[in-house]
Amino acid sequence: MITAVRKPMEEIIACVAPYDRILLVGCNECVSVCSVGGRKEVALLASALQMHFLKQGKTMDIKEITLERQCDPEYVEELVNLTDGADAILSMACGCGVQTIAGRYREKPVFPAVNTTFMGASERQGVWSERCQGCGDCVLGITGGICPIARCSKRLMNGPCGGSSNGKCEIDPNIDCAWQLIWDRLKALGLERRIEDIMEAKDWRTSRDGGPRKIVREDLAS
Amino acid sequence: MTKAFEPEIVAFCCHYCAYTAADMAGSKRLSYPANVKIIRVPCTGKVDPIHIMKALHKGADGVYVAGCLEGDCHFKTGNIRAAHRVRRVQALLEEIGWDSRRVEMITMSAGMGERFAQTAREFTEKIRELGPSPVSRAGQEAGRQAVS
Ligand code: SF4
Ligand code: SF4
Repeated sequence: MITAVRKPMEEIIACVAPYDRILLVGCNECVSVCSVGGRKEVALLASALQMHFLKQGKTMDIKEITLERQCDPEYVEELVNLTDGADAILSMACGCGVQTIAGRYREKPVFPAVNTTFMGASERQGVWSERCQGCGDCVLGITGGICPIARCSKRLMNGPCGGSSNGKCEIDPNIDCAWQLIWDRLKALGLERRIEDIMEAKDWRTSRDGGPRKIVREDLAS
Repeated sequence: MTKAFEPEIVAFCCHYCAYTAADMAGSKRLSYPANVKIIRVPCTGKVDPIHIMKALHKGADGVYVAGCLEGDCHFKTGNIRAAHRVRRVQALLEEIGWDSRRVEMITMSAGMGERFAQTAREFTEKIRELGPSPVSRAGQEAGRQAVS
């Protein structure tokens, strides 16, 4: 899922302070699952903002709505009758949702209430870790299911480096060395010989080096 | 003449401890302030930050969550979760410029009728000292404007 964290209230407050009527829009997908931008968080933020402004002697009109998916035009269309009554839109979705709204409702200022952080997986309740950087040419099949790009601090394709010690990365003793994990997993699979195969320099054009990416599925798009 | 400030207090009380303790306080004829409005919950782990925030947003001057003593939760860790959530709300209150002392986590066992009454008195006194919350203050002002 795409993970995010709420921005500091000070920053959110500064964004919405010039306005009187805010449309606060959550998203029912990833940001709901990582407890940052779903219906509950929308309600919490609406109350927090209204309580803050009441203390300043200002009544802030906040309409709350949580869309099924903020990165899909069909769902963002649901805001069509609500934007007129708002001076600005505050989104609790990831950057994709914020931009879908900004692209559709061009005449309204749109602000993000969260910092979109990474593509990750849930380790346990309340803990998420980065797992994929969307490189566009997945190597998990040869690295024992552990991503060296998202999980090795140096994105080494042929690790480990000399900084790996006791299974931890030199960057932080709380971070597992991805290449240790890869080694352990390959060993468990009886494939440890693979660690000696040199991976060629990665072609980063499938990643961001090729500019903003786009997927066009002719069978669906036509 | 201005009416003396009587705080509105919401207490989320766990069925297995604080709520029973409140009952016991009642049967022992121990008095506690009528300001405290009790909401019974099956476990304090059921109390979400949104419940606390909405109570404050709707005009409560103080909110406390009363759960079992540490290690005694009927559902094992509900009271610990509740304590984390109370801390989260306190942090949020600080961020929006409110006094975080308006929210508190309290623990007690079912047999502690005296403690229930005492904490209810203490919390009410604390909120009385803090004065009306920004929401109830705004409400009073709106009320004053309406009649003038
Ligand atoms: S190799 Fe690329 S696509 Fe596969 S998990 Fe890592 S970053 Fe994601
Ligand atoms: S210690 Fe391991 S994870 Fe850290 S940079 Fe070196 S190979 Fe990568």
